[in-house]
Amino acid sequence: MGMTIAEKIIARAAGVEAVRPGDIHTVHLDRMMSNDGTTHLTVDMYYNKLKHPQIADAKKMVFIVDHNVPSDSAKTAGSQKKMRDFAREHAIDFWEGKGVCHQIMMEHYVCPGELIFGADSHTCTYGALGAFGTGVGCTDLLYGMVTGTSWVLVPETVKFNLTGRLPEGVYPRDLMLTIIGQIGANGVNYQVMEFCGDGAKTLSVNDRMVLCNLAVEAGAKTAIFEADEIALEYLKSRGRKPKAVFTSDPDAVYAREYTFDLSCIVPVAAKPDFVDAVVPASEVCGVPIDEAFLGSCNNGRIEELRVGAAILKGRKVAERVRFLVVPASQEIYLQAMEEGLIQTFMESGAIVMNPNCSVCWGSCQGVIGENEVLISTGTRNFKGRAGHPNSKVYLGSAATVTASAVKGEICTADML
Amino acid sequence: MGKIFKFHNDLDTDQIIASQYLLLPTIEEMKVHTFESLDPQFPQKVQPGDYVVGGENFGCGSSREQAPSVLKALGVEAVVAKSFARIFYRNAINIGLPVIVCKELPDVVTDGDEMELSLTEGVIRSGGQEFSCTKLPEYMQQILSQGGLIASLNKEV
Repeated sequence: MGMTIAEKIIARAAGVEAVRPGDIHTVHLDRMMSNDGTTHLTVDMYYNKLKHPQIADAKKMVFIVDHNVPSDSAKTAGSQKKMRDFAREHAIDFWEGKGVCHQIMMEHYVCPGELIFGADSHTCTYGALGAFGTGVGCTDLLYGMVTGTSWVLVPETVKFNLTGRLPEGVYPRDLMLTIIGQIGANGVNYQVMEFCGDGAKTLSVNDRMVLCNLAVEAGAKTAIFEADEIALEYLKSRGRKPKAVFTSDPDAVYAREYTFDLSCIVPVAAKPDFVDAVVPASEVCGVPIDEAFLGSCNNGRIEELRVGAAILKGRKVAERVRFLVVPASQEIYLQAMEEGLIQTFMESGAIVMNPNCSVCWGSCQGVIGENEVLISTGTRNFKGRAGHPNSKVYLGSAATVTASAVKGEICTADML
Repeated sequence: MGKIFKFHNDLDTDQIIASQYLLLPTIEEMKVHTFESLDPQFPQKVQPGDYVVGGENFGCGSSREQAPSVLKALGVEAVVAKSFARIFYRNAINIGLPVIVCKELPDVVTDGDEMELSLTEGVIRSGGQEFSCTKLPEYMQQILSQGGLIASLNKEV
């Protein structure tokens, strides 16, 4: 019986010939990432709860301050200092203010074939490069840091066969929200989403990140693409080499299979308060907005900034609307400056912020007030996710978000 | 017997503990904000030994371990749901908070009802009825019975 890519990565990390869904294995972790959302608790546990505190291999650890940066209060500063001091003392790679953790990981660390734990649910992003990245809590992270290992329950894999090509004005974010809307918020709970087919070949590494990143919103343990020539070219351009390049065997076993024709996808929006409450964007057009957000680990890369700037060029952000633009990393920010995109945003009245999680996680920049409405390229639209419990968040593509910022109400780019 | 606090399907971890409290120094400081968006009085009302009951996909969304941690710190005895999102499920076991899959109970009980859980029998009793629960895989049961992953690590290393 054959294995899927995900099963092969787990087998390699477990040092066994083969694994089957439902098996529990001890695996050697290739890399671990932790951000300021939980690391202060990990550090506290390290010092106060462990009988024998030790780090198996500091070179495998990456700490990234990206959630509340720059710090918004003395208490936040204290929690981040704990993290910073620990990283320094133990020679752990440390990043602060350079970008959202998953963007930093993709730019500098992730390699095909690796098994990576991240103390953040969107660690599934790394499947865009054929790595097995999965989100864990801080206790799992601590165990991994101390032992270099962890346990995994081998998940089933669900195949998503992509055909065709996305039409003009329709984006990978529309595709992924459509998939989540169809299969539901627990449609692939504890399973792996494997994307394949001719349609997958039309997607760049950025596009693949958009898809993989949101897999957790359908309950997935991770999502993965085969590390093909597109992924290997990205890797080479950044001077990295794959750990291992795996393909799924022809006789690999899938729990289910879906086919999505990319040419049939239309602009969509997820309505408050659930990511799977997905409707054609045309159904929510006309909803007045107070704020728009272009950014996040899902949709804050140069490709999305180009889409936003092209729509905004020669136009103005609507009066009474705050339009937040947050490049996902400083590298992207610099490129956007070189391309003149930042100038376009600022001339149009957008607020351009430093790279960080921003209002996507609702605790730092751009928090919205009671009954306010945000349209966002962020990852989630849960109740209160962006601020007040009675505020509302709609999710849409960079094009829909930017067009809405111009009009002051939800609309698609072709309606401007 | 403990009191039931009942919540909806797809209850996400942002509702259990909102983002703006996650960087507070300790779980003790965070726990007074548990379920703030849904029931601001929850931390005052809940007593040690009470239960949280959800529907499908309980604990979806963010990997914040603070979510099961504040429930445990408030004395919640166990969380019972029809199904759990995987990161919450794993986090709860790792910190020693029992998470129980029970398909029938959530549809039968209402907020404020009482229930009793026997972990060893895998049975919940409420309103004169008995409900059987899905057993944890042995590996996870061991972590839970040792008091969580760190307790188990301290025995290993």
